[in-house]
Order: sequence, then C-alpha cells, then structure tokens
Amino acid sequence: MSVSTPDRQPLTVSGLTRLIRGLVEGAPALRDVLVEGELSNLRTPPSGHAYFVLKDDAAVLRCVMFRQAAERLRFTPEDGLKVLARGSVSVFERDGQYQLYVRALEPTGLGSLHLAVEQLKRKLAAEGLFDPARKRRLPLLPRRVALVTSPHGAAVRDMIRIAQRRFHGIGLVVIPVLVQGPDAPESIARGLELVPHAGADAAIVGRGGGSIEELWAFNDERVARAIRACPVPVVSAVGHETDVTIADFAADLRAPTPSAAAELVVPERAALEDRIDTLARRISAAVRAKLARAWQALDGLRDRRVLRDPASALAAPRQRLSTACGRLAASARSRVRHERVRLDGLRHRSVLRDPAAPIAVRRQAFQALAGRLAASGRRITAPARSALAAAAGRLPAAGRMAAERRRAALRTAAGRLQALSPLAVLSRGYSVCRTAAGAVVRRPADAPAGTEVDILLAEGSLGCLVLRHGTDPEGAAR
Amino acid sequence: MSTETPDAGHAPATKFEDAMKELEAIVARLERGDLPLDDSLAAFQRGVELARLCDRQLTEAEQRVAVLTADENGRPVLRAFEGSEKA
Repeated sequence: MSVSTPDRQPLTVSGLTRLIRGLVEGAPALRDVLVEGELSNLRTPPSGHAYFVLKDDAAVLRCVMFRQAAERLRFTPEDGLKVLARGSVSVFERDGQYQLYVRALEPTGLGSLHLAVEQLKRKLAAEGLFDPARKRRLPLLPRRVALVTSPHGAAVRDMIRIAQRRFHGIGLVVIPVLVQGPDAPESIARGLELVPHAGADAAIVGRGGGSIEELWAFNDERVARAIRACPVPVVSAVGHETDVTIADFAADLRAPTPSAAAELVVPERAALEDRIDTLARRISAAVRAKLARAWQALDGLRDRRVLRDPASALAAPRQRLSTACGRLAASARSRVRHERVRLDGLRHRSVLRDPAAPIAVRRQAFQALAGRLAASGRRITAPARSALAAAAGRLPAAGRMAAERRRAALRTAAGRLQALSPLAVLSRGYSVCRTAAGAVVRRPADAPAGTEVDILLAEGSLGCLVLRHGTDPEGAAR
Repeated sequence: MSTETPDAGHAPATKFEDAMKELEAIVARLERGDLPLDDSLAAFQRGVELARLCDRQLTEAEQRVAVLTADENGRPVLRAFEGSEKA
C-alpha cells in the first residue's frame, strides 16, 4: 500500500497532537477524574511544581501538580504513598504524553492530616526536639502560671477554677491567643514568647476539645519550636484525652485535658502544708529522740560509781599506796634484820666474846717472843761477847748502838700489837659484860634480872647486879 | 532548671523547692541519728526555720488572675482578667 494519497493532506506532528489533546480535553469523563494509585518517581524542582507518576500493577500514569496546588498540600508527598488524586487529563504536546494535572491529592489509608503529623513528628524527632533529656521538671510550687490559650471558652475557665481550688491565691496569667484558624499557629507561638514577661515559671498551652482540623494549630511546627524555646517548662493540654498533637510531643509534659494540666502544674496547698507539717513533726521527733538518748547516756554516766561516790575512785590508788608503804616497811625491816644478823655475826667473833683471851694469848706469844729474843740475843751475844769483850776496848759504843736499835724495834712491834688488841676497843669506852661464869652477855636472856655480872672496862672492871631488862636498842629505833 | 529572666519573679518558687529539699535532707539526717548532739540541735534549728519559711511562702501567695497582652508596640501589658466573657 502506498502512503501517499493525492486527495489527503498529511498532518503535522503538532497538528495531530493538538487533535488528540482536543479529543482528550473534550471528553467529559477525563475532565474531572479521581484516580487512586501508588505515588512514585516524585520530583520537586525549585519551581514548586511537583512531578510524579501514579502506578498500579499494570500501568503508569504521569502526573503533574502545579505550585499553587502543591502548596495547599497538608502533607508532604513521598514515593510509595498510596494516594487519591483528583484532576483532569490532558496532553503535554512537547513530549506527546498525556498526563494527569493534579488539583488535589490526599493519602489513602492514613488521613492527610494524620500523615502530615507523622511526617512532621519524624522530622522534629530527628532534630532532637522531643528528646526526653530536654524535658524540664515543673517547679514544686510555681509562683505564677501562664495560660497560653483562648481567653474565652470552657478551657480557660476550667484551668482557673481548678488552679484556684488546689491552691487559692496562686498566680495565674492568661496570655490570650487564637487557638484555631490559619493565624492560630503564629498567635500561639507569639503567646509562648510572652511567657517570661508574665513572670511565670510554668506555662500551659492548649485549648478545649474540637475536631482534628480545629486542633490543627497545635500540630504546627512553629508552635512546637516555640514550646521548646520557652524558658520555663511548658505543659500541653490540647482537646480531649485521645487527641495527640505535635505540641504534646514538644512539651515538657503532656496533659490529656486543660483541667488535667492545671492539676499537674498547680500543687494542692493542703498537701504541701501537710508535707511541711509532717517534716516539722519528724524533725522535732528526731531531735527529741536524740536528746532522750543524750540524757540517757548522761544518766548512765551519772550512775557510774566514780561520779556517784567519788571517794571510791580513790580506793584503788589508796590501796596501791598502802601496798607500796607496806612493802617499803617490810623492806626496811628486812634490811634491819639483815644488818642485825651481820652485827650478831660480828658479836660472835671471839674477840668480842672474850676480849681478854686473845690478850692472854698474845701476851704469852709476846713473852715467848721476848724469851726467844733474849735467848737469841744471848746467842748472838755469846760468841760475840768474847769478841765484844775483846773488842770492848775497841768498840764499846757499837754494841751499845745495836742493842739500842733492837730495843726500838721491839717497842714498835709492841705498839702495833697493842693497836690490834681488843683491849684497845675497851679503851674507846666500850665495855664487855660477862656473867659470873665468865660468859659474855649478849642478850637480856643471858643475864636474868637479879644475876650478878662482871663488866670489863678498859681499866679494871665493875661487879654489877641486873635490875631489869630494857628494850632492844634496835627495836626502839623502829 | 528554669532560666532566669529579668522580669521573672520566680526566684521564691525556686527557693521554696530548695527549702523543701533542704528540709527533707535535714529530717533524713536527723532521723539517721548519727549526728553529734550539737550538730543535731543546729540542724533542728535550721529545719524549723525552713519549715516556717516554706509555710510562709504558701500563705503569702495571694494573687489575682491577670491577662498579659502585647500593646501596639509589641510591649507586654498586664491587666486584670475579668473572666472569660463568652464561649
């Protein structure tokens, strides 16, 4: 078959494409379509338009979302998301591609708001905005509490009522903000900035219950950041117990409702008073117990004998002293005894017992010596006499001198002997007492009263009668 | 800990908390009973002082509810809160 036909003008590519485009755009079914599919190949260039495809198991649909529409999205499109797109089909002539011009897009499954919350939550969590370490502790007793909320409505009334009931006179400052509508996030963020100017040391940010759209402001990133930037701890209180917003994650503490927030922030005055009372009582009890123990210890000491009877404390040292005295006396006595024994020993020496005896002996010896001396003198002189006689003429003087020397030696020996004599003792004033029988009297028992004794003195002796026994001179010294 | 701001008057609140903490510590110390008597009496005196201080802070807090708004220049203005007008 031949392509060229004389009666038919060929179409240009543009012409044909325009024709198709006309057909597509003219089809009522394609003018407003709802199509569901998985979002993929998402591109978001700086122009602000969004390009992606929707696909299912068997087909792919090119989609474009212009900036104005993309900006209205309440979530961030991402690959893999199941979405419902609404728009019209047309043809992009340059590429010869038909595509869906998306006017609205929302995730299926999760609601778009929910998804947006999840996405923002993930983003802020990644930044560490919800880090538990950043959570601040509420003051035990706030001086002033800022209520960042609408000045109208039940929420603020409930919070004031509960705070006053728990702690009458607690400082409360309402910082009025818009809690719904497009300006709410900015208003709430500015309200949170005012908290330090209120002199508050704790803040509650929130509102009463409402639809998820009405609570939307509390899912705003600006609100979350303002909460973290607030210099005092912030409690979030948004809607009802089941409503959880980004603000709740960012806050230092989440309260399920505004009333609950007031209860968390404002302590019960009576409970605090009780606590102080209890502590004061415990402190008194502890000190009383301590004092009681101290008294007891003191009493225990008082009961000790030393303090009760101080004299008894001296008993032991006194005993020691007396023992020492006893020992001292005993030792003195024993010394005396010892000396007496020695003295007795001395007394028993024969010299003292019978001073005359050695004199007699010595006298005998002296006489014998004198005899021998005379004999020896004669012996010496006999042979010499003749010689003497012979020499008498020559040496009469020599013989006389030798005799004289001998006499002198004899005198010296006698003097020395005299010094050794016990009689010499008598000459110093001592005397010896002897019984009639001649025994030396040493102790009173040797001479009972009435006996006669003979007392030998240096010169002569005395006959005496014993009248009585006197005391022992050593005993008297004791 | 809350940060101090020039016009924030929350020092007494911090003091209350500190006083309570110190008081509790003193009670615990005294109850352990191992302090010398002199120290016990000193701690007791301090404890009683703290209890009075805490008590006074509870009774002194008599404040009205206020509203804080920013004026046209953005400066914060505090005025009495008349209660929420309408829902």
